[in-house]
Amino acid sequence: MFRTEPQKRKCRAYIDGEMTIYNARSLKENMTAALSDKRSLEIDLSQVTEIDCAGVQLLMLAKKERTQRKQALVLTNHSAAVLDAFELLGLVSWFNDPVVMTKATGGQHES
Amino acid sequence: MNLDSALHTYIAESRELLEEMEHKLLHLEHEQDKQEHLNAIFRAAHTIKGSAGLFGLDDIVHFTHGVESLLDTLRNGSMEMNAQLTQLLLACRDHIGDLVEHMAQGNTSASDDHRVCGADLTRQLQQYGVGAHADDNNGLLPAARADASQPVIERLEAGCVENDNWHISLRFGPDLLRNGMDPMSFLRYLGSIGNIVSITTLDDAIPPADAMDPESCYLGFEISFSSDANKQTIQDAFEFVREDSHVRILPPRSRIADYIDLIQALPEEDMRLGDILVRCGSLTGTELNEALRIQESLRALEMNRPLGNIVVEGGMTSQPVLDAAIEKQSRVRENKTRENHSVRVDADKLDHLINLIGELVISSAGSAMRARTSGDAALIESFSTLTRLVEEVRDSTLCLRMVQIGSTFNRFQRVVRDISAELGKEIELVITGAETELDKTVVEKISDPLMHLVRNSIDHGIEPMDVRRAAGKPAAGILRLNAYHDSGSIVIEVSDDGAGLDRIRILQKAIERGLVSADQSLSDQEICNLIFEPGFSTAETVTNLSGRGVGMDVVRRNITALRGTVELDTKPGQGTTFRVRMPLTLAIIDGFQVGVEKSSYVVPLDMVLECVELNEADSGNAAERDYINLRGEVLPFIRMRDLFAVRGQPPRRENVVVVQYGGNKAGLVVDQLLGEFQTVIKPLGKIFSHVRGISGSTILGNGEVALIIDVPDLVQHVSTLEYQAARARA
Repeated sequence: MFRTEPQKRKCRAYIDGEMTIYNARSLKENMTAALSDKRSLEIDLSQVTEIDCAGVQLLMLAKKERTQRKQALVLTNHSAAVLDAFELLGLVSWFNDPVVMTKATGGQHES
Repeated sequence: MNLDSALHTYIAESRELLEEMEHKLLHLEHEQDKQEHLNAIFRAAHTIKGSAGLFGLDDIVHFTHGVESLLDTLRNGSMEMNAQLTQLLLACRDHIGDLVEHMAQGNTSASDDHRVCGADLTRQLQQYGVGAHADDNNGLLPAARADASQPVIERLEAGCVENDNWHISLRFGPDLLRNGMDPMSFLRYLGSIGNIVSITTLDDAIPPADAMDPESCYLGFEISFSSDANKQTIQDAFEFVREDSHVRILPPRSRIADYIDLIQALPEEDMRLGDILVRCGSLTGTELNEALRIQESLRALEMNRPLGNIVVEGGMTSQPVLDAAIEKQSRVRENKTRENHSVRVDADKLDHLINLIGELVISSAGSAMRARTSGDAALIESFSTLTRLVEEVRDSTLCLRMVQIGSTFNRFQRVVRDISAELGKEIELVITGAETELDKTVVEKISDPLMHLVRNSIDHGIEPMDVRRAAGKPAAGILRLNAYHDSGSIVIEVSDDGAGLDRIRILQKAIERGLVSADQSLSDQEICNLIFEPGFSTAETVTNLSGRGVGMDVVRRNITALRGTVELDTKPGQGTTFRVRMPLTLAIIDGFQVGVEKSSYVVPLDMVLECVELNEADSGNAAERDYINLRGEVLPFIRMRDLFAVRGQPPRRENVVVVQYGGNKAGLVVDQLLGEFQTVIKPLGKIFSHVRGISGSTILGNGEVALIIDVPDLVQHVSTLEYQAARARA
């Protein structure tokens, strides 16, 4: 599920549950509005339990869209599932967000 | 690709690399530029390991990996090279050599002996704290930036990239996700058969948000992958998606041209792709520039054809262009990689060529003769030009077989080092004339006798250190290897600065052994040459190096078999020089032509002692007993007429050619003596390989074939016959 919680200076969004091919369509629909938000957008990923390439692709789309509009997108609180996927796909530096290393990912890569 | 022939190439290459490794290791201690040498050694080990992986030679891969790690720490400067390490690395090199030879015999896994030895060495390696991967994981750091800040010297040898990783390029079909497949699972699988060194996920294909279908797959990946798995295994990982996805796999050290292909075939923009390849670490910056430059020149040649189609589309039209571009590029770095410019050619092919050239010479001579008889001046003129050209071709073809003796000499560095360490002597090997060239077959065959001479000099020639000091010489002995050309032959000298030969002792020994009688008066030279007699060894102590009965007589016999001679020169207290004189090539001999009925035979001239007439009286007697009285000596002989079953009546006057080999004499009874001439030896076909008494053939000026007599074989044949006859009589 994608929900937003507009704040004063920025738009904060949460994604919880899975980000997979099964809910990709609804996620994208929910996301579109937030992507056009004029303020900086922050997406909290702490509640993402499962993510596959469709999910990753969505996050990449979000990043691309925001970058094109010269607006910021910050991903925060990556859950283990997200971090694992990012590591595998070599996307940690691509998103260029501060990442908290968990024990499982063991500081192999720098963000 | 034929795996077998590829394996052959691998083994040949490994042998060369190992040789280079040994050479570099031995010189490392005295070298100014250690870094360069270490790099070369590392590269050699690395290449051996990498290629072994391709063939699934796991034992080599595992063992070499440890060696490589140690070399890497040395290369990084975190450890200093010392004598102990050199010794260990040399032992490791030997072990790798053993493994490679083992594989060469058709085994795919090492024997237990090898395993034990390998495990032992690996333990020793681990004492130096290697084995752990030191710096593999800098994958995600943008390598391109690092490259820019600290320029790394790149090598572009033979158009291959300096990279031992596979490069995998993936563009998935749009329906992949809908079909229930996840690219991440492929990547995880890859991780299980190797190590994903670096990966770049491409977002280029993701359309703007409103056009994007979240259930379609837009992702592409460029992966640098290190694995010992073979291409098939890697390809199989993508078995299920091959239909609607683009999977391109480039093996380690692919040609730059392959990367150009890749760049052009992929949908993304070239510069961006190049950038990604650099970031993946699959290409270095220099390599990328090279690739783009080639592409540029391609484009110029192709007059702006749509990019990406150049190579992929009509392979036929573009290949020569690509080749041309690569050729141009390789000319640029001609000087950089000179050693890589040699071409490995099968020796058989070369022999075949030389054979053909031989035929050409003969037929052109025949044609020229016809031209002369025709009296047509213009024809004669053009034939004389042809003949000259053909001769030039012949000369340069014979040169193809010539190799420098240096590599043979260099092999002795190790021998000298090992043996002198074993004997507690300090010996320096000085090599001169390493660039002297001689026929490859001669080089191969001379190496054993030379080894014996070198060992002999180290063991018997050079005195122990205390003796040397007492004699007022420097403690370290000097062993010299020298080679030079001298009137159509090559001379190889093995000299030491030892005590020289002790003539009195040699003479005593010879008398003791019954080689000479006590009352014979011999010149100094003759006494010295006694050491070449069978069963002669003056060493008072038998070491495991020499003095085992196979002595200088074997050396002399081997060298004589190559139509060479060996002599020695000794000065008491100053040293001994062995001088081996060899023909430059085994392909040409001085022959002595003889005739039986209508056929001609050639006897190698240096084995002919003399020719005598077989007078009728002798002939009459000899019919029964096959030997004659040659000035009071019994000379067994062979009738060539009988041996080769030539029909017809022998002429009234027959001749005996007295030949000598290995101290034995024999006579060959022939009809006519036709004189000396120089001839090109042509080997006989395979089906004749079992024919006794003939070593080859040659073609005479008139186009007829003459067989070359294998004298050693015949002499042996005669002695066997004699022996049998003696037994029959007894």
